[in-house]
Amino acid sequence: MVQIVIRNFHVASRLLSLLLLGLVTGLNVQASGEVELGISEYADTSSAHLKSINDSPIKIRVSSSTADHSEFKELQGPFSSGPEVTEACLSCHNKAGHQFMKGIHWTWEYKHPVTGQTLGKKNLVNNFCTNSRGNEGMCAQCHAGYGWKDETFDFSDQNKIDCLVCHDATGSYYRTPTSKGNAACSIMFEGKKPIEWATVAQSVALPTRSNCGTCHFYGGGGDGVKHGDLDSSLKHPDRALDVHMDAEGLNFSCTECHQGEGHKWSGSRYNMAAKDVEGIGKPGQRRQVATCESCHGNTPHPGNNLKAIKLNGHTDRVACQTCHIPTFARGGVATKVDWDWRTAGKLKNGEGFNIKEYTQGNGEHRATYKSIKGDFKYGENMQPSYAWFDGVMNYTTIDTKFDPANGPVEINSFNGAYDDQNSRIWPFKKMHTTQPYDKGNNTLVYMHLWGNDENAFWGNYDFAKAIKVGMEKNGKPYSGEFGFVETYSYWPITHMVAPKDEALSCSECHAKKGRLSGLKGFYMPGRDGFGWLDIVGYLAVIAAILIAFVHGIVRFVMCKKQVTEHCKGEE
Amino acid sequence: MIKREKHAVTIYTRYERFWHWSQAVLIFMLAFTGFGLHGTHDLLPFQQAVMLHTFSAIALILLWIFTTFWNFTTGNWRQFLPNTKGLFAVIRYYAWGILFGEDHPHKKTLRRKQNALQGLAYLTFMVIIGPALWITGIVYILYDLWNEIPGAADGLFIVAFLHTAAAFLMVTFVIIHIYMTTTGKTPLHYIKTMITGVENVELTEVERAYLQEEHPDRLRDG
Repeated sequence: MVQIVIRNFHVASRLLSLLLLGLVTGLNVQASGEVELGISEYADTSSAHLKSINDSPIKIRVSSSTADHSEFKELQGPFSSGPEVTEACLSCHNKAGHQFMKGIHWTWEYKHPVTGQTLGKKNLVNNFCTNSRGNEGMCAQCHAGYGWKDETFDFSDQNKIDCLVCHDATGSYYRTPTSKGNAACSIMFEGKKPIEWATVAQSVALPTRSNCGTCHFYGGGGDGVKHGDLDSSLKHPDRALDVHMDAEGLNFSCTECHQGEGHKWSGSRYNMAAKDVEGIGKPGQRRQVATCESCHGNTPHPGNNLKAIKLNGHTDRVACQTCHIPTFARGGVATKVDWDWRTAGKLKNGEGFNIKEYTQGNGEHRATYKSIKGDFKYGENMQPSYAWFDGVMNYTTIDTKFDPANGPVEINSFNGAYDDQNSRIWPFKKMHTTQPYDKGNNTLVYMHLWGNDENAFWGNYDFAKAIKVGMEKNGKPYSGEFGFVETYSYWPITHMVAPKDEALSCSECHAKKGRLSGLKGFYMPGRDGFGWLDIVGYLAVIAAILIAFVHGIVRFVMCKKQVTEHCKGEE
Repeated sequence: MIKREKHAVTIYTRYERFWHWSQAVLIFMLAFTGFGLHGTHDLLPFQQAVMLHTFSAIALILLWIFTTFWNFTTGNWRQFLPNTKGLFAVIRYYAWGILFGEDHPHKKTLRRKQNALQGLAYLTFMVIIGPALWITGIVYILYDLWNEIPGAADGLFIVAFLHTAAAFLMVTFVIIHIYMTTTGKTPLHYIKTMITGVENVELTEVERAYLQEEHPDRLRDG
């Protein structure tokens, strides 16, 4: 049943992607073509998310810290590097390091409690830049530590933790790649103002959206690329974009929902609470949960009326997000929906280049081709794909064998079915990519993308070398022959919650060709008919009308012939 | 042989007429909204259809509960007792005789306002189609009380299937019913009767005397 549901989900999603393709192509026509030489990957992660003095304060929870960090003598400096600041932090917060080192922001490794799979960025292959493993020099910019550039990184050294990336309140703190890439990439680190370590250290605070956004808005290598519901537009969202993060309203930081304790946060998508039956926790009860229900409860629609009763009747089978996030990537920042690695490596005058032919809602031009990555397609204001989901993600890892003849490979897939009480209908962004794989072993591959050496793809544009070295360096078997395989990945949509009057109307789904027409196997009013019963039923109705009609005609004729007197109209 | 003579009499009391017409309005509403929900037409948004359907259903169920009570307390229920006597004659009349000016084989009396076919049809309506609709409808509307039972989704399919099947029967019934109203002395005669309640029926001497004594207002021709 799960398979059937998933397969149907594919069909729907494929239709959706076709639709989007049309949309994207349409937009491309208007966009101004723009060719840009060189690799400007770093600049591409815009600074739209950074703090500024114009930021509106958080309205409902004002920090009333009992400590002013600027007065601590430990933080007076001088500091010349991040680890020195960390050491100062940990001299007082002497448990923070141990807490933090247990979490995935540090380990980049996650042992799934249900599937037993070892996941995390350290291990996974995705269908964006594919693998961080072996490319830490670039990717570990988003590792909350200092200096991870290869396997020699010491995960037990707490002074390597980067406290500031999450706790900086000045907006002046930044990170750069931990190792130099190819000469072609060196331009990426130029022109940055040096960090004033002492100032930053003295201005620490609880993380805001700009802190988390430093990495989480730019997953996949650019603004909004990966998730579709997380991008720099959430720095200053209006109410229409997100009711909770609304900069003029509730102005929630990420941790208002992603409640944490001891530097461990709730809401990882590796293992989600797809259905939260506990609802609101009373004081003393659980707090570390990111579900909507943990604040809104299981009967979130208020009122003692039929509409509220009907809507609340949905919460056991339909995730809140399904109705309350009508579209994603609607803040003016586009998300990637299609990536074709096959075309990567084209050069102009011996140099890599970008073509920017997509203009997104906020006016920025986005690359539709990059020599280092290939061709892309974007989407905005996208209708999600929908599927039954029980919260458990299964991954195609570097060790998973697949048969390319069976169609596209699912980087992640999930369980869920209409008859599983733990599943609900969830919205997803579906990402399609054509990426390299090991043709002999039928596995995904690690690529050696980043490095100042002749094998790094970013600079040398040679898949054969990049894959060979990527696999060897990480001790994975490689047949020596690569090909390209289509892949899908699924990203649960849970941010960009619209105001309630923007929530989906019933007929978005309760319709023959509604949003859920791809989910099969169960009866849904308004969407499903009853096959032969409908035929028999309509025939019976038609027959009744015909009989009445013919009988009436005969009566009328007989009356006109004066055989009967029914038509006289006399009492 | 008891002597009978024709009189204009209120044969449908005020409550019966209220019952009939409010039921007619509600059934029309339910069919219209219900087949909208079913996807037969697209004339009103799903949400409004759900609201109207649910409230109409509740109203109709209340009406039926009250009417059942009324039928039994007034003894009117006897009108609906199945009676096969003359059934064939009535069927033959509608299929054939009516086309050639024959008289209706059933003579309306106070005790038996409906002919055998009509009684059977109304009985079917009241004990099969109606209950099939409201029983499945109530189970359907209370889905959230039983949706955690394993197999509930399949159960919902069955409930919705039966509800829809009964709804098709209801619509078919109503079409024939409406057509049959045109078969009176004039096409609108029966409709008028159902509005005014007055019809020419043969009364026995005893009935006439009873009406004159107890319900003089029902004897419309003095």
